[in-house]
Amino acid sequence: MSITIEPTVRVETRRQPIPPRERLEPIFEVEGLDAIYGAKAAIKDVSMEVYKNLVTAIIGPSGCGKSTYIRCFNRMNDLIPTFRQTGTIRYHGQDICASNIDPVAVRRNIGMVFQRPNPFPKSIYDNVAWGCRVLGMKEDLDARVERALTQAALWDEVKDRLKASGLSLSGGQQQRLCIARAIAVEPDVVLMDEPASALDPIATQAIEQLMHQLKSQYTFVIVTHNMQQAARVADMTAFFSISQGGEGERYGELIEYDATEKIFTAPSDKRTEDYVTGRFG
Amino acid sequence: MSAADISTEPTRRPFTGRRVRFGDVSLQLVAGAAALGVTVLVGLIVWKIVDGSRLAIVKNGWAFLIRVAWNPVPGRELYGAASFLFGTVLTSFGALLIAAPLSIGVALFLTELAPRVIQGPVTALVETLAAVPSVLIGLWGIYVLGPVLRTSIESWLHTVFGFIPLFGDPSAAGASIFTAIIVLTIMILPIVSSISRELFREVPSELKEGALALGTTRWEMVRGVIFPYARGGIAAALILGLSRAMGEAIAVTQVVGGSPTIQWNLFSTGDTLASKIAAAYQGAVTSLQLSSLIYLGLVLLVFSLLANLVAQWIVRRVARKHGVTRGGHV
Repeated sequence: MSITIEPTVRVETRRQPIPPRERLEPIFEVEGLDAIYGAKAAIKDVSMEVYKNLVTAIIGPSGCGKSTYIRCFNRMNDLIPTFRQTGTIRYHGQDICASNIDPVAVRRNIGMVFQRPNPFPKSIYDNVAWGCRVLGMKEDLDARVERALTQAALWDEVKDRLKASGLSLSGGQQQRLCIARAIAVEPDVVLMDEPASALDPIATQAIEQLMHQLKSQYTFVIVTHNMQQAARVADMTAFFSISQGGEGERYGELIEYDATEKIFTAPSDKRTEDYVTGRFG
Repeated sequence: MSAADISTEPTRRPFTGRRVRFGDVSLQLVAGAAALGVTVLVGLIVWKIVDGSRLAIVKNGWAFLIRVAWNPVPGRELYGAASFLFGTVLTSFGALLIAAPLSIGVALFLTELAPRVIQGPVTALVETLAAVPSVLIGLWGIYVLGPVLRTSIESWLHTVFGFIPLFGDPSAAGASIFTAIIVLTIMILPIVSSISRELFREVPSELKEGALALGTTRWEMVRGVIFPYARGGIAAALILGLSRAMGEAIAVTQVVGGSPTIQWNLFSTGDTLASKIAAAYQGAVTSLQLSSLIYLGLVLLVFSLLANLVAQWIVRRVARKHGVTRGGHV
């Protein structure tokens, strides 16, 4: 498989029309999700479906709970002692928030790329191979590593120095290494929590490019600060905003969720329109 | 004066000629004096030890190092360091062997596994252990630990693994190399575990999350990410522990039994360099005996330095091999 990086991304011509809703296969069904830190709700009553083989973007102002929300999909919030959530997230019909579900098993299906590149202090090769080894995918490890690095558009840059430390790469390369690491274990879904916020435009473009190329295999959910990025990469876009409750309480809420084109050109909620046209925050 | 009254006009400050600033100069003087003082002090100590052991060095030469003898009877005086050197190596490395997994386990428990309510109290307890004076641990070693070990673990190990020379007949007194090893283990455990704890705590949470997000279990994450990240530091902590164990005198004197012999049986009595010096210094009669004791000190000093150098070399190798430079993450 060869990947060519074109000098410009022309999203408009590239994006294929989304099939009609009834033909979309929901991979996540979120229902009445509340995420709470201690006594403070970060997000309230979120319900939406995430569809298979589409790129779904989550946008919204800082503090609207985007990151908290995406971390619910792979039980990453379990690591925070005061965190709890109510409501359900069904993954292929199964509630992954249930207490009898092993978060480790959930994360094997649902990978994640973080905001800050976080390669392990290991060689480039081992950064990708480690997860495969631990998860028992040991056959053809070399080929697996090569494929993941190729898919992440990094192979050509690192193939001659696979033994070098992952930390010796530039920020953009490190993030692509993290993507390679995530897809090497063949997850079903890849969650991306502002994957390009620390990267320069060229690295950002490379990452968006590879989402386009890989979405036939994986389902991507991406949190982004950058509306242009959502417009470029996402098929579906969810807009979150901060709502005021009683007694000065502030929490994140899902305002509108629709096809990206609709969200950016003809939003049905005034708050969405204000945000995407830049009249807010 | 309100905020609005503060001038926001840009100020141009005139350049003045180079000035001697009192703060900078005094800092340099004080810091320089401290550094020089330490250097001189180390030099003096080494000089004093070499000077004090001169008589014994002249009399015994290198043979001192390999001779097993400690006979202070005037006229038949014969001294050697071999049994003490042997005891020092056996007890300190034995203690390190037991303390390493234990203290790393404690540190892991406290940083990664323990619920918050337990973390605080257990951490405080471990720190308290470090504050217990060694002479008290030694006393406890004589009256409690020694007898208990002799009737329980020592006799059990002897019955089951008696064919291994290390597990011979337990000594009647309860004092033994093994008791010394356990006492030393207790003494170095808090140091190694609190350093390891800090190291584990320093592992960036992004790395841990990155590992867990791949679907690894906590243990796989610990082995694959936390250990490699902290490896160099843990090695350094172990060196500190080893140095402590080698240099510990009083507590060992109290429990080791004080016999200048070389025996592989851990359950028999023995002695170490530091312990011998502490035990015999007051009663030294002849100048040769005194000088020989200082010679033991010289051996201990050189040996500890060597152990430290080797250990530092290991740390540096480990660090280079894995390309981890602390704080060097982007």
